[in-house]
Amino acid sequence: MPNKIYNKHVLISIDSSTLLAGARQVEKKLVETLKKEKLSESIKVIETGSLGLSDQGVVLVVYPEGVHYVHVTEKDVEEIVRKHLKEGEIVDRLLLEREPEVSTVSYTEDEFELEKQARIVLKNCGIINPEDIDEYIALEGYSALGRVLADMKPQDVIGEMKKSELRGRGGAGFPLWFKWNAVKNEPETPKYIVCNADEGEPGTFKDRLILEGDPHRIIEAMIIAGYVTGSHHGYIYIRGEYELSINRMERAISQAYKYNLLGENIFESDFSFDLQVKKGAGSYVCGEETALLESLEGKRATPRHKPPFPTEKGLWWKPTIINNVETLANVPDIILNGGNWFRGYGTEQSAGTKVYTILGHLTYPGLIEVEMGTTLRDIIYKYGGGISTGRQFKAALIGGAAGAFLDETALDIRLSYEDLGEYDAVLGSGAILVMDESACMIDILGSTMRFFQHESCGQCSPCRVGYQQLTLYVDKIAQGKGEMKDLDDMLELASFMNGSAICALGQSAYLSVSSILRYFRKEFEEHITDKKCKAGICSMSENTEKIAMRG
Amino acid sequence: MYERILRKYEPTADNLLFILHEIQDNEPKQYIPEQGIREVSDYLDLSPSQVYSVITFYSLYSVSPRGKYIVRVCDSPPCHLMGSVSIIDELSEILGIKEGETTENGMFSLEVVSCLGVCGVAPAMMINKELFGNLTPEKVRNIIDKYRQDKQPASQVAE
Ligand SMILES: Cc1cc2nc3c(=O)[nH]c(=O)nc-3n(C[C@H](O)[C@H](O)[C@H](O)COP(=O)(O)O)c2cc1C
Ligand code: FES
Repeated sequence: MPNKIYNKHVLISIDSSTLLAGARQVEKKLVETLKKEKLSESIKVIETGSLGLSDQGVVLVVYPEGVHYVHVTEKDVEEIVRKHLKEGEIVDRLLLEREPEVSTVSYTEDEFELEKQARIVLKNCGIINPEDIDEYIALEGYSALGRVLADMKPQDVIGEMKKSELRGRGGAGFPLWFKWNAVKNEPETPKYIVCNADEGEPGTFKDRLILEGDPHRIIEAMIIAGYVTGSHHGYIYIRGEYELSINRMERAISQAYKYNLLGENIFESDFSFDLQVKKGAGSYVCGEETALLESLEGKRATPRHKPPFPTEKGLWWKPTIINNVETLANVPDIILNGGNWFRGYGTEQSAGTKVYTILGHLTYPGLIEVEMGTTLRDIIYKYGGGISTGRQFKAALIGGAAGAFLDETALDIRLSYEDLGEYDAVLGSGAILVMDESACMIDILGSTMRFFQHESCGQCSPCRVGYQQLTLYVDKIAQGKGEMKDLDDMLELASFMNGSAICALGQSAYLSVSSILRYFRKEFEEHITDKKCKAGICSMSENTEKIAMRG
Repeated sequence: MYERILRKYEPTADNLLFILHEIQDNEPKQYIPEQGIREVSDYLDLSPSQVYSVITFYSLYSVSPRGKYIVRVCDSPPCHLMGSVSIIDELSEILGIKEGETTENGMFSLEVVSCLGVCGVAPAMMINKELFGNLTPEKVRNIIDKYRQDKQPASQVAE
């Protein structure tokens, strides 16, 4: 951290969405204007990651006041500098309308505590400059690693992870300690640590914002995983579309090498670890762990049969840990505060917090981190600001495209592994797509089936042919040519796919079809018997055929 | 022809994806030519058909020439819900091409793709490496107009 004392800090959020709103231009103008006004010495401009606001254009936060300005353009910069930074008068017209429920920071004392409580994964996002390792270090960064290397045996780390009951956030919810312990106990070497940052689940962008906002946290966790399991090589597999994540991660890795946090004899211990970014090339199934291994080896990303599991036979058939970005992001704080501290958050069977991406017909789509067990109602109305269109809530798709559809009877469900299980739903990737009455469930199911049809790797026929057939059924219903018996046939086919597909991509058909038919069967029946789409989306004629052709 | 790129990498199969990215990024028509496939397979000691099968598996690669600007529109459920169909229709109309095609002058290719990971600003699209969100047909027209002038347009998102 710089030693210089500044009177004020202006944070500018640089992530993919603010970049597309012109954040760079605003930043340049801000720095120039501060210079012109001779304020550069007393006011520091800090680049930070996402502030969790998705649709607010360029966002600036001024500290110590904690004032959020949104939709800032180059033209507004002069006014902010002259009025606020020079004369202390807040520029009302650019203020964020609501209290930033999802924002990461507040420096007023009590508020800071409050915000901090629910923030583990995102605690640095939007506070630090992700391109500067010193800022991460200043906020206890790499001190978990220091403690592990100095005072803890691998078994101790596993013990804390077990106490924490941290489960994987990539979809399957598998206990982290179990995987780490299994790889630790494998006699075979070399072993590998892989971070799954392929994030392709529709509606999910949490991993991107973690990578863009706090890349060192992931590096630190992976080095710890390496130490615990006796592995010396790690790979972070980032999807090819995530330019900014890839650049930031590469920069972070090279800084960590400079500080000897990567490489030989880390912290002067006898432990060495190397880390490399691998760039994906566009494939959803590649996020499936064994497909990802195939891709890392330079092949087509077709999932392998399991068992053997990657912990036993992974990358190049050697023992391998694969963890999701968000899962790993929890690790440093569990080390620093202990497993029991982490276990103190959440519900009986779901410890800690969860990061959700909330979207669709919501007033404030974006990213939130809340305690496990928060209700769907709170997420939609408290954090998401309610339905944006003024219409009624109709449905939520929880867990990404591979998730379950729910209706308003499920609004009070607590989002946790166990409560969702009761509804046959899953937490999945943590994407929550909210739909109002204007949505047609047949149309959305069609879009979901087309997505899977397109992304099927094609190696097993239940999935390859199954999704084609399901898409045909849905299109037939959308065109007003459906028969009642189609609904049962769809269920039977999906159930067969669930039982016979090689990986969860094919298996998840059942969750989509069964949940949508459980809650919205009436709407399907209306399309079939009355040949009517209340939402007016299926025109029961050529229009849907046009959509259907777009497979 | 591709030696300069190849020599940057160890000749091991796990570098295949990296190499393919780099060949394609350096090709003005954003694809991997047959000559590239041959040289890569020689270098990594793979058969050309193996390399070809990898290229065709991943959606970011192409074996046929594409436009200078690749317009990738997301049609996954969240973008679909927020109106991606009208965005695709608009693009099809103003560019005069269908999904998977390239304009005659070689300027634009249109692709319908899966989630781009910017669903908070759905419906969304990417033109080469630039992202655009909260799209409306009108906005799409403006964006394409700017690209037609062949200058990098100021990127934008809805107010
Ligand atoms: C089709 C498919 C796609 C997946 N995509 C991802 C992904 O993008 N990111 C991810 O972390 N896990 C994904 N998974 C889950 C992984 O297979 C794996 O369970 C996860 O990476 C394990 O990490 P965790 O234990 O930390 O959750 C996917 C699974 C399937 C079946
Ligand atoms: S669903 Fe379109 S960007 Fe994610």
